[in-house]
Amino acid sequence: MMRARVAYAGAIHEAMPAPAEETLRLDDGRVVAAGDVVWLPPFAVGTIIALGLNYADHAKELAFNAQEEPLVFLKGPGTLLGHRGVTRRPADVKFMHYECELAVVVGRPAQRVPRSQALEHVAGYCIANDYAIRDYLENWYRPNLRVKNRDGATVLGPWLVDSAEIADPGNLGLRTYVNDKLTQQGNTRDLIYDIRYLVEYLSSFMTLSPGDVILTGTPEGVINVMPGDVVACEIDGLGRLTNTIAADAEFGR
Amino acid sequence: MSAGAGLSSIPFDVAPYRLSGVVYGALLNHRSALAQIGAAANQLPYKAPPVAPVLYIKPRNTLALSGDVVRIPAGTPELEVGACLGLVIGRTACKVAEARALEYVAGYLIVADVSVPHESFHRPSIRYKARDGYCPLGPAVIERAAVANPDALTIRTYLDGALVQIMSTADSIRSAARLLADVTEFMTLSPGDVLALGAAAPAPRVRPGQTVSIEIDGLGSLSNPYMTALA
Repeated sequence: MMRARVAYAGAIHEAMPAPAEETLRLDDGRVVAAGDVVWLPPFAVGTIIALGLNYADHAKELAFNAQEEPLVFLKGPGTLLGHRGVTRRPADVKFMHYECELAVVVGRPAQRVPRSQALEHVAGYCIANDYAIRDYLENWYRPNLRVKNRDGATVLGPWLVDSAEIADPGNLGLRTYVNDKLTQQGNTRDLIYDIRYLVEYLSSFMTLSPGDVILTGTPEGVINVMPGDVVACEIDGLGRLTNTIAADAEFGR
Repeated sequence: MSAGAGLSSIPFDVAPYRLSGVVYGALLNHRSALAQIGAAANQLPYKAPPVAPVLYIKPRNTLALSGDVVRIPAGTPELEVGACLGLVIGRTACKVAEARALEYVAGYLIVADVSVPHESFHRPSIRYKARDGYCPLGPAVIERAAVANPDALTIRTYLDGALVQIMSTADSIRSAARLLADVTEFMTLSPGDVLALGAAAPAPRVRPGQTVSIEIDGLGSLSNPYMTALA
């Protein structure tokens, strides 16, 4: 099953794809055009856990050396954005980039879960676009929140796809298009730390709860994006997550 | 405690009446904390002292109440306890001006930023700060009007009743209002979110069997026993 959360005609609804192209069936029975809803992150998001440099090629791209444990950072709920949302690019920056990532959504509490049972705690998957602004990178508690924890910098969706529908989350192609031009490609088989490892590792010191989400990192191919650019992230079986970059002026700055 | 359950038992008698469970904090915002790093702040891997606020997130699994036991992992002799003033947000705060920033504060409470001691501040693992129960909060949210000046509060930390640290929020690099302005320039804070102002250094260290109590003028006392982790 794939589910979205959308706002439509004054209320928030769960929605599923309807048979006709570009239509949704809301939980109350209405069938509406996909363009007539406001897409929200597809589930009630708890703790947002993100991986840095979890693809060997991207680590090489950033001239990063081998690591002793996963490079994990946290993000807050204020950064969340739904499909077709708008992300601000400050006028004074030189390098703002997207990061297409497989997002793993926790479905059952996880405390000291062994690798062999890790996937039993996964409810499903969605696409994440985890934006960063490199200009603001400082060397204190990296990556610092000004780089990553910005309003609109964590786009999730469009769908939460049940784990039962994804036969092998360790072999999914990822692609990003900027204005329909392919700019990033990868496959989750190249994750340095796979999903089972990450659930085992994280749950060894922090209890994971339903709605917590792990953004598993991005492969190489990140490029600068500018106001007006349309960024689309695709992952096999999970759909296509689109959003638009906007200038300061649109935000009254 | 899981998923921040129990936060609703913290008295909070003004709008929005409840904590959201979202807790951010500033590091190296007390002059003593940056002073402790000294000249190393200009060397590798840091290269320069921080420009923007250095912030951390305490996820919901870390949230705990006064009286809750904090567990020290096997093989770790002691933990650090960063005693902080927590600003509780009352209204959606996006790009607030410093001069009006405190109008967005509903009240204040005590925050204990518990960490496994770590040497490097470059890219520390979240397993030092994000362990279950490593962010006790409370005992109550005191409304803003009851605190004359958040930038002139004394914070006292006691270990088994003995005073081990005394600091003042007056020695913050960024005042409460300045921190709110600089943080909300890029990230919106929502009603019930907490932003901790920053701890002094060196942070008191606690061993299994000891109890840490943090007092702030007018905000009461946050007290937690520390014990060795089970299994």
